[in-house]
Amino acid sequence: MLYAILCYHDEDFVGSWSREQDEAVMKKLAVVQEKLTSQGRLGPVARLLPTTAAATLRKEDPPLVLDGPYAETKEQLLGFYIVDCKNLDDALDVARDLGAANPGGAYEVRPVGVFRPGGISA
Amino acid sequence: MSDTDTAWIETALTSARPQAVGALLRYFRDLDTAEEAFQNACLRALKTWPQNGPPRDPAAWLIMVGRNVAIDEVRRARKQQPLPEDDQAISDLDDAEGALAERLDGSHYRDDILRLMFICCHPQLPATQQIALALRIVSGLTVKQIARAFLVSEAAMEQRITRAKAKVAEAGTPFEAPGAVERSERLAGVAAMIYLIFNEGYSASGDTAEIRKPLCEEAIRLARLLLRLFQSEPEIMGLTSLILLQHARSAARFAADGSLILLDDQDRSLWNGAMIAEGLALIDKAMRHRRTGPYQIQAAIAALHARAATPEETDWTQIDLLYGALEVVQPSPVVTLNRAVAVSKVRGPQAALDLIEPLAPKLANYFHFYGVRGAFLMQLGRNDEARIAFDRAIALANTSAEAAHIRMHLDRLIRDSQPKGGGARQGATAK
Repeated sequence: MLYAILCYHDEDFVGSWSREQDEAVMKKLAVVQEKLTSQGRLGPVARLLPTTAAATLRKEDPPLVLDGPYAETKEQLLGFYIVDCKNLDDALDVARDLGAANPGGAYEVRPVGVFRPGGISA
Repeated sequence: MSDTDTAWIETALTSARPQAVGALLRYFRDLDTAEEAFQNACLRALKTWPQNGPPRDPAAWLIMVGRNVAIDEVRRARKQQPLPEDDQAISDLDDAEGALAERLDGSHYRDDILRLMFICCHPQLPATQQIALALRIVSGLTVKQIARAFLVSEAAMEQRITRAKAKVAEAGTPFEAPGAVERSERLAGVAAMIYLIFNEGYSASGDTAEIRKPLCEEAIRLARLLLRLFQSEPEIMGLTSLILLQHARSAARFAADGSLILLDDQDRSLWNGAMIAEGLALIDKAMRHRRTGPYQIQAAIAALHARAATPEETDWTQIDLLYGALEVVQPSPVVTLNRAVAVSKVRGPQAALDLIEPLAPKLANYFHFYGVRGAFLMQLGRNDEARIAFDRAIALANTSAEAAHIRMHLDRLIRDSQPKGGGARQGATAK
């Protein structure tokens, strides 16, 4: 089953990382990602631009466009992984590995209902 | 304590700083006391967090501890006798901290940070003092770091900051929550201050670029913070977009020998794609509001450069129009000078020259004026006049990189004495 691992963290905190810190975190995460890739279990990985770059469409009639992210919370959705896992425990193990590489914040682990890989490459 | 812990704590302190110092300032109404309280809280954090683990809300923790410590200091000074060690009181903070965090949410958060930034951009302070104060108080850079970035001695920077603080204290600061009109005025002041910080870093020459880069990065961090507080302000989107798009080119702006590389000659593969993407997303969003301002127009110009995969693909017609709009919103001879570069691309060097001739009296001491003028004259084959303009530019150059760049033009003039001005570059597009 595919699981989405959604990465939440305080944007003020992540935004205060120095370039070196950011690169160090990404390097540690890459180690976990490579392991999953070699097992053929890693799908798309996305790091999102800051929530300030986001706009939200409220599906009213007529639809209303608002600046900023959907939820006003202390921690923001900053990115996500799609990983093929046997079950929830397995997916939580992956999240634990990622968490060891990038502590702080939270990962929301959600089973994926419909997944289409799509045809674009970044 | 592992390295990860130390790095984590330092980042947490940096990110909590504007909110915590802002709240402490509201409480004590004195910049020095607020700053000292925050420093003391940070010292406690360095001691307590590795043992007890990080608090749920670092900012709330720092505010509460900072406040308690400062109050104790006042009491201690009054009674002239030491109080018992109060570490237990702090380690027992969990519940209080949660309740405080709840109360902090929303109500004062924006005003505290805005007030903190506003104090630093006090209109009575000269620009250099505004920047120094903001970097010290809002960003928490050490005096040593700031002095290094400004290329002055630590003592001189210390003095600059002390003077700025004294002036701020003298002028008094309104501590009530600002009204709508006042807030938008303050917001513009704060935006200008962030832009100043950015420019201070961006105006680096080749040999100082690495030292001053942190100023640009800090300006971006502050702009993003301000935008998160005011998510629907198109000018704050414009400002953030502008500095992201400019900074995205930083890796391509200087050659190995420290000389300036002009926009047209930059290796575009060195441009930072993620920053450009963010800058473009922000200016796109800003434009939807249909409330144009100078930052948005400048960001839109930067976006047209960023979107062009090669210099030839640059949409100069659109850039000309945008500079025309900027001339209306923010008329200045420098804007017209920049517009002239676009005009030269669209309508040729003669039209561009005609546009800048009337600016001569106002820009008589401006390096770029003579650089641009010289380039137009060179393109028209008026080499003797071009040479005079370039000589004047060299005399007015602010950095060795600027002078070197003009000298390159001169060398070219001397080399191909034939009156053919192919390959001329314009100084004003250097950035």
